[in-house]
Amino acid sequence: MPGYDYKPFEVTPPPELDGEGEAKTRYPVAIIGAGPIGLAAAVDLATKGVPSIVLDDNNVVSIGSRAICWAKRTLEIFDRLGIGERMLAKGVTWKTGRLFHGSSEVYNFDLLPEEGHKYPAFINLQQYYVEQYLVERAKEFPDLIDLRFKNKVVEHQDNGDHITLQVETPFGNYELKADYTIVCDGAGSPTRKRMGLPFDGQTFEEHFLIADVEMEESPFETQVPERWFWFEPEFHSGQSALLHKQPDNIYRIDLQLGPESDPKLEATEEKVFPRIKAIVGDKPFKLDWMSVYKFRCAKLERFVHNRMLFVGDSAHVVSPFGARGGNGGIQDVDNICWKLAAVIKGEADVSLLETYNEERVHGSAENILNSSRATNFMTPKSSIEHLFRNEVLNLSSKMPFARKLINSGRLSVPCSLEAKTLQQNDESNGIKQVQVGDVVLDAPVKADGDSTWLVSQVQGEFTLLGVGDVELPDVGGVRRIGINQSNVNYKTLHDEEGLATRRYGEGNAYLLRPDGHVLAIYKSPDAGKIRSVLDHISNPIFEKEVA
Amino acid sequence: MMNDTSMMTDKLGANGDEFYNFLMDAHEGLSEEQSHALNARLVLMLANEVGNIDTLKSVIKTAVEFNHE
Ligand SMILES: Cc1cc2nc3c(=O)[nH]c(=O)nc-3n(C[C@H](O)[C@H](O)[C@H](O)COP(=O)(O)OP(=O)(O)OC[C@H]3O[C@@H](n4cnc5c(N)ncnc54)[C@H](O)[C@@H]3O)c2cc1C
Repeated sequence: MPGYDYKPFEVTPPPELDGEGEAKTRYPVAIIGAGPIGLAAAVDLATKGVPSIVLDDNNVVSIGSRAICWAKRTLEIFDRLGIGERMLAKGVTWKTGRLFHGSSEVYNFDLLPEEGHKYPAFINLQQYYVEQYLVERAKEFPDLIDLRFKNKVVEHQDNGDHITLQVETPFGNYELKADYTIVCDGAGSPTRKRMGLPFDGQTFEEHFLIADVEMEESPFETQVPERWFWFEPEFHSGQSALLHKQPDNIYRIDLQLGPESDPKLEATEEKVFPRIKAIVGDKPFKLDWMSVYKFRCAKLERFVHNRMLFVGDSAHVVSPFGARGGNGGIQDVDNICWKLAAVIKGEADVSLLETYNEERVHGSAENILNSSRATNFMTPKSSIEHLFRNEVLNLSSKMPFARKLINSGRLSVPCSLEAKTLQQNDESNGIKQVQVGDVVLDAPVKADGDSTWLVSQVQGEFTLLGVGDVELPDVGGVRRIGINQSNVNYKTLHDEEGLATRRYGEGNAYLLRPDGHVLAIYKSPDAGKIRSVLDHISNPIFEKEVA
Repeated sequence: MMNDTSMMTDKLGANGDEFYNFLMDAHEGLSEEQSHALNARLVLMLANEVGNIDTLKSVIKTAVEFNHE
């Protein structure tokens, strides 16, 4: 199969310029940037009935493969948005990582040792497929998503109660007004720069070569796709190397080149071919894409600036070890869209958006901490750091504590939102795995005799989920779902394998947010209590310190 | 020595990364000589924290077994 076929998206004159049709003067939401994050935001809002206009300066999906690793949580969010199963079907599923020092394996880990989840720990799928699937999904909402390619935002103005955007197109320029603007224009965010917002953090000196090669025969010795990571590999003079399988027989190779290397010189076929041959041997391959990167971890201090809402790479960037960039951005989308929809529909005060700021500044700080620690471990800055690193590897052949210190990337997991403004105290008393602030933990269940999954049943709305012997009160705006319950006038699921009961605890009632995070857990839920939690969401009071 | 169950137990748990980075930060900006001195002090102080002479001897012997040829 040939490499990906980059089909340009159709570019049409905007109604503001063609003199025909009706040009809307004001949109509830404008989204700047149709990368994975902007597109996901448009789809998420559309599932809640909120219309948006998406403006992108380009007309093609992301060229070359950037993100490849999509985490379980991202797939669960995409399940809600309608492309999770498609991604799973196309993607390469993996869960085992192997770590080598030189040529010997020192350690391997299984990222999802447990059964009973719809989605695996990770799939690998090129970013261009994800964007294509999102564009196709967005087109299923023609009345709600106005997707405009080759529409570049060049200027904006915050007028207090709305935003004005200046847009440049091949057909001329126009202006539009939006109540809110979601800024998803990527790591180099022109909007962020225009606003003069500091984007502070750490830049790593090391250069990395990232290459995607297509080959029929697998370069792995195993048949099952895995993540292979080498420290001081024998085939490469640099500090580290990474090998990963993608769909269409494409393999991702990351090679650490050292801080002194010349990126221009390194990104040439003369330099790259011998490096790849050193890994894959004589097996034939075709070079699909390559580039040389320097990585950075940085973020905005605040993600909410009045009506300008920063989401994805425009708000935070991380080095890719840990796959926390795109995955972190999708969690931003999951977090902000239900809140923005509630504000736009008049169901919540605008201060609810401040909880997006609080929760995702926290989440991205955790992502940055993990990504920079991994990058530091991989790129020792002094001979002492190097010495420690190598002795960790030396000890790890036998000592478990040392294995845990090896850091080739702590792979993306959702952060806990416990103790943030919206989350309540735990009022249950049973034994359970899922805690307040956690995101919903999947389990296989039966609905009307058909096999399904909890993540496909309980996300997208406020939900009161009761397990076994617990009475669920009827509260306006809250969907009720019972597990192993009968004779009730709401939806029930059957927990045949006992996993849902083990994960949530017999007799507990979970109050879930539309993004699947746990707001509260009750032993005896009552309507008044739940109503007051919802009232607090529609008008949050910030008692705790806001980050 | 290597079957010593205490030594084969990971006691840092979820704090491993934090410990490691704290240690690396402590070395930041030091000359090699200063770093060696810091390491020596750390070994001595951690030994005092451990206290038990049998444990200390056993840890030292095990670490020596990992010497590079
Ligand atoms: C080598 C590499 C490997 C990576 N691997 C992973 C991984 O395995 N997993 C993972 O989760 N993440 C990974 N990432 C990170 C991931 O690619 C990003 O986090 C992700 O692309 C961010 O999406 P975004 O939509 O925020 O920004 P982008 O994808 O950068 O999209 C921004 C969009 O905004 C548009 N735009 C810019 N300016 C304007 C303007 N003025 N007007 C209109 N539109 C504009 C751009 O054309 C673009 O379409 C990797 C990144 C790199 C570089």
